[in-house]
Amino acid sequence: MKIKVGAFLGGTLFGVGLAIAGMTQPAKIIGFFDFFGSWDPSLAFVMLGAILVYTPVYRWAIRTWQRPIWAPAFSLPTRKDIDGRLILGSAIFGVGWGLGGYCPGPAFTSVGAGSEQALLFGAAMLVGVGAYQVFTRARENRTGAPADQQAVAMTDG
Amino acid sequence: MFRMDSFTPVTSTLGGMLIGTAAAGLLLFHGRIAGVSGIAGGIFRREPNDVAWRVMFLVGLFTAGMAWSQFFPQDYAVDIVRSPLALIIAGLTVGIGTQLGSGCTSGHGVCGIGRFSKRSTVATITFMITAAITVVIVNEFLGGAV
Repeated sequence: MKIKVGAFLGGTLFGVGLAIAGMTQPAKIIGFFDFFGSWDPSLAFVMLGAILVYTPVYRWAIRTWQRPIWAPAFSLPTRKDIDGRLILGSAIFGVGWGLGGYCPGPAFTSVGAGSEQALLFGAAMLVGVGAYQVFTRARENRTGAPADQQAVAMTDG
Repeated sequence: MFRMDSFTPVTSTLGGMLIGTAAAGLLLFHGRIAGVSGIAGGIFRREPNDVAWRVMFLVGLFTAGMAWSQFFPQDYAVDIVRSPLALIIAGLTVGIGTQLGSGCTSGHGVCGIGRFSKRSTVATITFMITAAITVVIVNEFLGGAV
């Protein structure tokens, strides 16, 4: 129960942070990449602010903590190699991000805010996520081996 | 002429710090990476005891938007012109791309770079470049509306 409450509160705080940061306004995302128009560097400050808090906590936790408070162990990404999937997938994601002005976090929270554009984008996004996962799962079951080693080994984020 | 009309350095840094706090909390309490696309993708994999917390995190995101928009509806304004078809294509490519590339802005861009992960740094640079190319094409060659 507390695990669910904790995840809910984490998601809520994350969503409020996105709104305050301005990241739920697609124009601010587009503005970050609009070097030839009215440039808006805000996105860089959001990432910087987040990393500024996250990095010291992360380094402290993995060095001194035996385990997280409500879980038996930390579930952290283990892969180190740069492969084609990582590059191709990220490249495809970037095209959609630049086209719609939403990435997954802002999309989910903007659907809650009642944005029709976010709802259409978010529904298509879930179809993409679901189709990929169902397809990889089916391939794993057919071949008997993980088709997507990456997803099995633990995704990066 | 070079302009920066809508730059919000203070609120964006503060909002970013809240995002970092939420991500740090998920790490300390659950031992998990706060990557939204990874959290969503895991729901479809249906591993035992691994679905409920993911759903609750997304419900939290949804609830935050529902509550915050009651007081600050302008925070969710869509001031760009995108057709339904463009939004659907964008959503599909974000959905498939983040799963294939195993991460998005939160998982790679914040948590991954925050962990000094080379994979996530390369991923972030890659999606930043293709996003920039896309925006420049849309704004400079397609008149800003698609």
